[in-house]
Amino acid sequence: MSSANDGKLLLKMENITKRFPGTIALNRVKFELRPGEVHVLLGENGAGKSTLMKILAGAYTRDEGDVWINGQPVELGNPLKAQAAGVAIIYQELTQIPQLSAAENIFIGREPRKGLFVDWGLINREARRLLDQVEATFSEKTETRKLSVAHRQMVEIAKALSLNANIIVMDEPTSSLTPHEVEGLFRVIESLKKQGKGIVFISHHLEEVKEIGDRATVLRDGCYVDTIDVKDHSIDDMIELMVGRSLVTKYPKVEVTPGPEIFRCEGMTRYGAVDNVSFSVRRGEIVGFAGLVGAGRTELCRLIFGADEKDAGKIFVDGKEVNIESPRDAIRNRIGFLTENRKEEGLVLHMSITRNISMPILEQLNRSPFKVVKFIDHRRDEELAEEYYHKLGIRAPSVRKKSGELSGGNQQKVVFAKWIATKSEVLMIDEPTRGIDVGAKVEIYNLINELSKQGVGIIMVSSELPEVLGMADRILVMCNGCITGELTDRSQFSQEEVMKYATMFSKTAAGTA
Amino acid sequence: MDTRTSEFLRRFGSLIGLMLLCTLLAVSTDNFMSSKNLINVLRQSSITALLALGVLLPILTGGTDLSVGSIQGFTMCFMAYMVVTVQVNSIVGIILTLVLGLAIGMVNGLLLTKLKLPHPFISTLGMLNIARGMALIITDGMPISGLPYEVRWLGYANVGPIPVSVILVAVVCVAMYVMLNHTPFGRHIYAIGGSAEAARLSGVNVNAVMNWVFAIAGFLYALGGIVLAGRVNSGYPLAGQGAELDAIAGAVIGGASLFGGEGTVMGTIIGVLIMGVLRNGLNLRNVSANWQMAIIGLVVILAVWVDVLRRTAEYKAATSKKV
Repeated sequence: MSSANDGKLLLKMENITKRFPGTIALNRVKFELRPGEVHVLLGENGAGKSTLMKILAGAYTRDEGDVWINGQPVELGNPLKAQAAGVAIIYQELTQIPQLSAAENIFIGREPRKGLFVDWGLINREARRLLDQVEATFSEKTETRKLSVAHRQMVEIAKALSLNANIIVMDEPTSSLTPHEVEGLFRVIESLKKQGKGIVFISHHLEEVKEIGDRATVLRDGCYVDTIDVKDHSIDDMIELMVGRSLVTKYPKVEVTPGPEIFRCEGMTRYGAVDNVSFSVRRGEIVGFAGLVGAGRTELCRLIFGADEKDAGKIFVDGKEVNIESPRDAIRNRIGFLTENRKEEGLVLHMSITRNISMPILEQLNRSPFKVVKFIDHRRDEELAEEYYHKLGIRAPSVRKKSGELSGGNQQKVVFAKWIATKSEVLMIDEPTRGIDVGAKVEIYNLINELSKQGVGIIMVSSELPEVLGMADRILVMCNGCITGELTDRSQFSQEEVMKYATMFSKTAAGTA
Repeated sequence: MDTRTSEFLRRFGSLIGLMLLCTLLAVSTDNFMSSKNLINVLRQSSITALLALGVLLPILTGGTDLSVGSIQGFTMCFMAYMVVTVQVNSIVGIILTLVLGLAIGMVNGLLLTKLKLPHPFISTLGMLNIARGMALIITDGMPISGLPYEVRWLGYANVGPIPVSVILVAVVCVAMYVMLNHTPFGRHIYAIGGSAEAARLSGVNVNAVMNWVFAIAGFLYALGGIVLAGRVNSGYPLAGQGAELDAIAGAVIGGASLFGGEGTVMGTIIGVLIMGVLRNGLNLRNVSANWQMAIIGLVVILAVWVDVLRRTAEYKAATSKKV
């Protein structure tokens, strides 16, 4: 399966290196794509898949390396150049303008003209033809905001076809589709293959990879691992390539006997996002929340934390009902929330480690003799940061280093330190290891274990199913804003069962998630 | 450019600029370095300094304030109206004026936090017109002159050779410095400028901070209005027109980032002085006011461009490092 004849390759990327402040996102990675092939890009979150594809799309510029398309070296300096070279990307977060129709979105920025004016007739006719090709049955004049995710994906694929793209990248296209919709998507992919297009397919669902993939390239921690023929390898093989070690050592779960209930919520509701969710957490217990992207897990955490306004619901900490209307209230009631979005919501990147850690408790570090004004006790502030810097093993030259210049794992430790410093008794951790390399992941797991041993009730949201299976004492599965299943016996945890509950869409909701 | 050069430039870049400018003028003109002229520069810069320190606060949160000059003009007219037309006691008049500035600023904040207007550009653009309109209404479009001495003291008097207004700026600087660097409030301002959502999710009461940021800014504009009233011995309704641009330019030349989170009291003062010295120098060299405007504009662009270069270099230095 070596690159027998480079001339026949649609795409060849070699020695691709990309650096970000504090990290190397890609280190001499290679990738190739043949016509009529579905080439799967495999790797854990943070392995470098998205970065590689953003380089292909011209969204990032590579620091080193070469790219050939149809045997010609290309630069791909910006998205337009990539588009002209025949690359189309269908992002997980679709990038359409919601108020425009499907047809308008397909031709946006390159509307055909009749004289001075846009030729709407031609646009709509062309759009119809393209949408038919991808088996779309809705009208080309529908505003895209009224379409389901699956339908909007069809619009994107139609757009790729209209651009004569030969290289079509699909970034987790199935993550918010129902099984029925996935079948439809796969039929479209098959027909694209027959037209000689090359498909780069990114997915965490390894069963799907087995079903649709021809070859797979595995990345790990920004490095190239291997390229394999999918049909010759089992799912377990692929996992091993991805994680580089067996699952047993990967999740250093420590058994803790849970204490009394520390947290309970009843009837948590936010219309359109979270629907009547109730559950409880005991001291030292790790409750895992599994589900597909968009199932409402993050929204639930935000609701509990007071970050979004709830339409209904009661929250109890240590048996007492508490009134939470803002993150401030939540923190006062010893609830912490490590967000999935470390860089935008977890940290103020241009502030130092110290300042990030002490942010929620700044008002307690007061040395002012007056009542009306508070002065920060800078020495205590720094001592506090030093303490966690050592305890958590944050790797940085000093606590005065800007948090934005740390690697993902160390940034996450700073966020953990922030919530430990507030003495949180209930800690919600949303995608705690997203974008973190494998070594640092284990450190984060150990940290979670440590907190659990100290009696902190932990609510862990993760889209990495093995992580939930490996770390949680109990798993709650969400789908479409509801809890659809509960797995209570660690020895009986299975990926299949979680996925069964995770796709339990009610009949009416199917397709519009 | 390595990180140390970059850090040095960030801290002292504008100061070096100011010193170069002063050296240039010292060599090329006869009387720039005379103590009379230097004190004159300080005096002329003091009002812009108060306004720039005020507008620095919204800028630090990642916002802006366009109502600077209008609030200055309105509060100035209000004070003249109170002490001349209504004839209240001078001290009471000054206090009422400062409270008015604080209140108008608070309204600016509430427009954002309560009415949820999308950006202070909008809310303060509205306030720019409202306050100017109020200034015209309260004065009936005519200047109110003949202020009592106590009111004029801040803008007019000297202590020894030093103008009171310059001392006032120094006091405000110290207070602002302490507030920004040594109180939780100040650190919250920087945090909001860095990421308002991260700050909110860390328990910062973002709305309250924003309200007070604009209120304190309004207070400082009113102070600027009082000093100006003292200097010109009247309140006139078109006072401070366009002053927001000088104030914002001062903060930006001094290194404040319009994206928020970056900027200092010292930098802002230096930024204001660069503009003041430049104007003074151009006057000494008999450059017309029309050309002065254009040149100040160029300096703003130049200062920000240098900062952009510095950041790009900093980013490159950070990414090329092996880790």
